[in-house]
Amino acid sequence: MIRPGDLVRPLSPAGVWLGALVLLVLLLLPYWGGSYVMTVATTVFYLALVGQSWNLMLGFAGLLSIGHALFVGIGAYTSAYLFTAIGLPPVIGVLPAIALAVLMGLLMGYLGFRFAIGGVYFALLTIAFAELVRIVIDHVSWLGATEGFFLQVSEADRHGIDLVNLRGAPEMYYYLIMALALGALVLCRYLLRSRLGYYWQAIRDDESAAEALGVDVLRYKMYAVAISSGMAGVAGVFYAFYQNSLFPEIVFNIERSIEATLGSIVGGVGTLFGPIFGTFILTPLGEIVTEAIDLLKHWHVIDPETKLDGLKLLVWSFIVVLIVLFKPNGLWPWVCEKLRLIRPGEER
Amino acid sequence: MTGAAPLLRIAGVSKSFRGLRALNDVSFDVAEREIAALIGPNGAGKTTLFNVIAGVFPPDSGTVRLGDADITGRRPDRICHAGIGRTFQLVKPFAQMTVLENVTVAALHGARGVAEARASARFFLELLELDTRAGQHAANLTLPDRKRLEVARALATGPRLLLLDEVMAGLRPSETDRMVATLRRLRDDTGLTILLIEHVMRAVMALSERIAVLHHGEKISEGTPDRIVRDPAVLECYLGDHEL
Amino acid sequence: MDFWTLANAVTSGLLIGLVYGLSALGLSVIFGVIRIVNFAHGEIMVMGMFFALLMFRWLGLDPLLSVPLAAALLFAFGYVLQLFVVSRVSHLPEHMQFLLLAAIAIMIVSALLMIFGPDAQGVQVGYAWDSFAVGELLIDYPKMFAAIASVIVAALLLAFFKYTMTGKAIRACADNRTGAQVVGLNVGRLYALTFGVGAACLGAAGAIILLLFEVHPYLAPGYTLLAFVIVIIGGLGSLFGALVAGILIGVSEALAALLFQPSMKSAFSFALLIFVLLLRPQGLLGKAIR
Repeated sequence: MIRPGDLVRPLSPAGVWLGALVLLVLLLLPYWGGSYVMTVATTVFYLALVGQSWNLMLGFAGLLSIGHALFVGIGAYTSAYLFTAIGLPPVIGVLPAIALAVLMGLLMGYLGFRFAIGGVYFALLTIAFAELVRIVIDHVSWLGATEGFFLQVSEADRHGIDLVNLRGAPEMYYYLIMALALGALVLCRYLLRSRLGYYWQAIRDDESAAEALGVDVLRYKMYAVAISSGMAGVAGVFYAFYQNSLFPEIVFNIERSIEATLGSIVGGVGTLFGPIFGTFILTPLGEIVTEAIDLLKHWHVIDPETKLDGLKLLVWSFIVVLIVLFKPNGLWPWVCEKLRLIRPGEER
Repeated sequence: MTGAAPLLRIAGVSKSFRGLRALNDVSFDVAEREIAALIGPNGAGKTTLFNVIAGVFPPDSGTVRLGDADITGRRPDRICHAGIGRTFQLVKPFAQMTVLENVTVAALHGARGVAEARASARFFLELLELDTRAGQHAANLTLPDRKRLEVARALATGPRLLLLDEVMAGLRPSETDRMVATLRRLRDDTGLTILLIEHVMRAVMALSERIAVLHHGEKISEGTPDRIVRDPAVLECYLGDHEL
Repeated sequence: MDFWTLANAVTSGLLIGLVYGLSALGLSVIFGVIRIVNFAHGEIMVMGMFFALLMFRWLGLDPLLSVPLAAALLFAFGYVLQLFVVSRVSHLPEHMQFLLLAAIAIMIVSALLMIFGPDAQGVQVGYAWDSFAVGELLIDYPKMFAAIASVIVAALLLAFFKYTMTGKAIRACADNRTGAQVVGLNVGRLYALTFGVGAACLGAAGAIILLLFEVHPYLAPGYTLLAFVIVIIGGLGSLFGALVAGILIGVSEALAALLFQPSMKSAFSFALLIFVLLLRPQGLLGKAIR
């Protein structure tokens, strides 16, 4: 059986070839796909980035967060506000965005871990913090409150490449978020093989045993929360400058936090490729469902008046239920085993 | 007791849980390079004493000293850093990690990097005859192998004092003998000090140079193995509990 | 601010708090016995609200009269959910169970959204605007009836656990699962019953609360969180604690709405939750874990 941690092992020749092929297709995607494909593919990588950050906490260190929208939102609002208020370009604004997200994560983590709040209670603490911040921003007028916070975009902004101000063609956003998501993957792979990764997994599997072996549990949990919230903060900056509009009800909605978890669960909690793999399945699948419904409406198979807004989420969550019931380790380990994508053997 | 200064010095340790006295004024020393055993019927407070030494919970009163340092009430990870490695009676493997990774976690504390820690982990796996299991999931190990893994991990932290909590339980007699030989060799080669809790008398008698007997949270006897087996107080407490 | 304004807010909060308490009982029962944190809590309650809405529309049934029907329907739902779905993940880590129920929660919201749409819908009973006065204290009939109904249902539930054989068997399971199996109790069936009873509580609470508030699918996550707040404040698994904390939250929300802004009232609850988690994680009335 392949277990999550095995997936750090080198790829088999088949895995290398398949990986290269997939990467090539993704790099060339803008040449084939229209704006619709670009939007979907960008969403995939965005969710993969947030999912990777969430997976770092639960899959590596055993800390369940249902409040990741909080870190994303803080990153988004910080960079958007600094850009509008003092003209700070996002390429610099990402630093305070990360700093604030990490600070929030550390505050939450410190309170939670200090008072030994574990498991599901910690998850509830993350929800409570996310909701609290949402309600506070609802009342902060200089952040637009419930009316929303908007970034100015001119027609000229939608062409070319301006990575400093994050303005440009859809292809730029696509390549950027792809680079960020793959960067997060590489970072996680590095972390998992470092001292941090060993300690995190030990804490995840048995906290008191880890402590007895000299691991400063509080400190390494804090590292996990800090790195994870920082990654989510980066995703937030991207979100702000890609969407150009921020509403507390949308950005901090608990559904965003849960969305962040879905891909990783489907792909496999604790695996490196799980978050990307899972979102690659879920997001296009959701689009296919939406498209299919539109077609059926178009052909009058179903009444065009029927409201089927919730169907995409319904399908997603149904898949998650099936995965938890029948493949709790996720699909990626299973695919790896079936397609022999990973070199066998004990060595990492 | 040998002439050397004691490495571990437990002085007047008491600990109660919800009014129930688990340890009552226990004092006990372990000399450097000594192999000592802690025996007693179930519920005598042996594991509680281990947990107090290892920092799982602080004693209500009394002190624990390791060498020159007072380690009373320090956190478990700090006590590990101070030089005490321990195993758990109810084994606690890192189930989703491999055997090698399990030991690497422990070895990382004294190592500069992961590569060095893995090399030292391999050494301890070989020592405990676990090298053939290195790539296996810890969750898939048999109970005797899990016990060995506990010992390998505790050793990999590079302790001056090793606390072993019933690591022979479940081992076959021949395996017990090999474990005894390994521990004795470790002591002779590296100067390790060992304090063990054990029910397997074969191991206790073969290994330990001095035995302390706990009963109802109190130390009722202490001495060399042949003196302990002839101590009427010890016999009474064991016969009373229908054990041994 | 004069005394009567304050007294009115407190009374109103107290009455609504009893309904909250009943809903939180449903969460507490399930956690106390099965040790599962039901993240689909608010969703199941909103199902009860929509059921009562349909009964009102189709049969003109007062939501209070729908209470037994909603309870029965959701009992069946909870029973089946536990028996065929939740029981299958009992061997998985806690977070996987939590995520499973989160996914089920989203399924319910999405399904309700497709059936009923996103708009708020309510019922108009004959006594909707009636009230009576005690001094300058104005008490609305709907709120009072809702509170009375909640107390009755809660009392029935407590009586069930205290006096019936099944209730006692469930409590035995909660105390010692292995022991319950040893003496021959069918733990799987009792767990299903427990989830059913918990969900029935939510169905009843949903039907009752429809008397006071309009319903829409997105209400659900809010109710889930509210119930968590209440149950954690009252102590997970403590039935009486859930009722007391429900009243506490009802009153504190009413006061927060009066003294600050209505939209800030849930912020107040979350702040309270964080506070309680940090200072007394076992809840105000819960037993210390260690």
